[in-house]
Amino acid sequence: MGVEQKLGNMGVVTTTLEGMVNWSRTNAMWPMLFGLACCAIEMMSAQASDYDMSRFGMELMRASPRQSDLMIVAGRVSKKMGPVLRRLYDQMPEPKWVIAMGDCASCGGVFNNYAIYQGVDEVVPVDVYVAGCPPRPEALIHGVMTVYEKVKGESFKQYAEKYK
Amino acid sequence: MDKKLEPIVKAVQDKFSATYEEFRDEVHLFLKPEQIIEALFLLRDEYNFELLSALTATDYWPQTTPRFHVIYQLTSLEKNLSVQIRVPVNGDSPKVPTATGVYGVANWRERELLDMFGIEVEGHPDPRRILMPEDHEGHPLRKDYPLGYEEPQFTFNFDEIDLRKPYAKE
Amino acid sequence: MSQIEEVSIEKFKHLVSERALTGETMLLNMGPQHPSTHGVLRLLLELDGEIIVNCIPDIGYLHTGIEKNMEAKTYQKAEVMTDRLDYMNTMGNNLAYVIAVEKLVDLDVPARAQGLRVILTELQRIASHLVWLGTSGLDLAAMSMFLYCFREREQILDIFELVSGQRMMTTYFRPGGVWRDVPVEFEKAVRDFIKIFPKRIDEYEALLTKNPLFVDRMVNIGYLSKEVALQYGVTGPSLRASGVDWDLRKVRPYSGYEQYDFNVPTRTEGDTYARYLVRIDELRESLKIVEQALNKLPLGPVRSGNRKFVTPPRSEIGVSMESLIHHFKLWTEGFPAPKASIYSAVESPRGELGLMLEGDGGPKPFRVHLRTPSFDNLAVLSQIVKGCLVADLVAILASIDIVLGDIDR
Repeated sequence: MGVEQKLGNMGVVTTTLEGMVNWSRTNAMWPMLFGLACCAIEMMSAQASDYDMSRFGMELMRASPRQSDLMIVAGRVSKKMGPVLRRLYDQMPEPKWVIAMGDCASCGGVFNNYAIYQGVDEVVPVDVYVAGCPPRPEALIHGVMTVYEKVKGESFKQYAEKYK
Repeated sequence: MDKKLEPIVKAVQDKFSATYEEFRDEVHLFLKPEQIIEALFLLRDEYNFELLSALTATDYWPQTTPRFHVIYQLTSLEKNLSVQIRVPVNGDSPKVPTATGVYGVANWRERELLDMFGIEVEGHPDPRRILMPEDHEGHPLRKDYPLGYEEPQFTFNFDEIDLRKPYAKE
Repeated sequence: MSQIEEVSIEKFKHLVSERALTGETMLLNMGPQHPSTHGVLRLLLELDGEIIVNCIPDIGYLHTGIEKNMEAKTYQKAEVMTDRLDYMNTMGNNLAYVIAVEKLVDLDVPARAQGLRVILTELQRIASHLVWLGTSGLDLAAMSMFLYCFREREQILDIFELVSGQRMMTTYFRPGGVWRDVPVEFEKAVRDFIKIFPKRIDEYEALLTKNPLFVDRMVNIGYLSKEVALQYGVTGPSLRASGVDWDLRKVRPYSGYEQYDFNVPTRTEGDTYARYLVRIDELRESLKIVEQALNKLPLGPVRSGNRKFVTPPRSEIGVSMESLIHHFKLWTEGFPAPKASIYSAVESPRGELGLMLEGDGGPKPFRVHLRTPSFDNLAVLSQIVKGCLVADLVAILASIDIVLGDIDR
């Protein structure tokens, strides 16, 4: 994060450079395979034929957290899985974004009981919530587009403040 | 009751002085915890009930004697029959002998009994929790364990629940 | 949330061989997040080089507490949770639950509803086997299989959306029949699918069945004998590939299966290749059943007329006071069930899916136990991988066809 932080600290306005960096981030964002339950099948459907996600730059899903920058939490997170999720999130290098896909990841869904986290934002900070049980592949693609909008609106000053 | 099942039920009744009930063409036999292993061996070897379809329990709290009914569902592929055996167990220190010597599938099923109900299984080779985390306390499927649900967040109580909810930090 | 615990070998001393304690063999963790374990399954492998000496599965990472949660809902509302158990076989789970409830309260089902149930359950079986085929191909590095299988699956999911409005978690079957009648485009959509699908199965077979790379990875790997399979409670295609001819649709027919003419594919070799061939044959048999059921589908009501358990149609509520009262009581309170327990089982794509349902005279179930096939199918894994390479473990796990939602409930 060195160059960006320095530029942000210096107080120089660098719109074209920011635009280029954000453009390159959105066009090749690699998601991390984190399919847990039923939403994982719709995520696989979104990756396969008919609703192709490679058109949006997500050609492959990396299994290793060290090589990915988007984590799509697809499915319900149980109390035993929570620490594992947090550990994988910590292993991802910056910059990283999280999509909570489905009702169980957003708010606990149908399961309001002792065994499921009521929303994955109790474990990791979330950027975009996609509703549905399970959300259609088009809804997931819309969620990914929303993350792209968010990335395009980022500036270097935010990184400078984040890592002061 | 199925015609082929009648002699089998009679044999078990005579040998173990068991009672049985019938409901919608199903037979439920009641046995004591000491008799269960012998009965399973008898049914498996002599009457060819090769498959243990299900092994589970039911909690009848607040009634404490008996509090649990441990349920064994046996299926015979050769004769196309099935029978259910129920073992009533008391509430304080519930114990059942292990069936892993008779059917290999009982290994994981009894670990689930231990985890979810707290029923101790004597002689089990691997008594660990299977579904809940290792350090979890309590047995979820008992009737006195709370469901643990969270109050839904509507617009009128949005802010107060928002303050209470443990959001994750970076 | 509990902290991550450091695992030392002391905890597993009774499960690993003595060579692990001296350090001669290595303990490797195939963690919950892994591209080849179909879901969140953790496998602890004791390795001697590349050869597996012991394998200890660790489950519970998807435990949802469905059994306890269903005790807090009425019989109609609890059906929603059964969809999310084995999420590849959603219609089949609904069928298992609905048949159990109908057995408990002794409710009749009209013939048209039974025909529709058979058609949709068999289509769901085809969809589940297609996902199995696609992901197995993906595990064994035949990536184009994944794309072809999901193309067919999209067509089946379009039929489900036509009928119920949802692609996967439909809750279309209700106690007493189905939710509502199918629209007029249903028959044409199913007939289109029946027309194109046999050629597609031939395409898949041409790609994989005689492929020497595929065959080398599957033949004589993961042998499961008949005795071990019965001891460990294995049911479904894995049992049929080991020589036992046991299919609940034939021996204990439910929902009108006795009227249809189909075979039950069985093999005797018991290895991974046999399980693959059994499932490919099952695709063809399921298609035959769908065609016969569609030809025989009678006209008539789609839901039982017993107003004590099924809500009356909305047109009647405006004119009859009793219908309004029944509708109100059924939706606010629910229907009562007798104080007894039953066990009923259906054949899911993975094996015997059984439900033990106990009522207590009230509108909510007292105890629901789901006997899920993948739980027992996975318990046999530690017996059949001894002596294999790690790459073979991936092939064996793919051929047993587990779904973690089924195991952890």
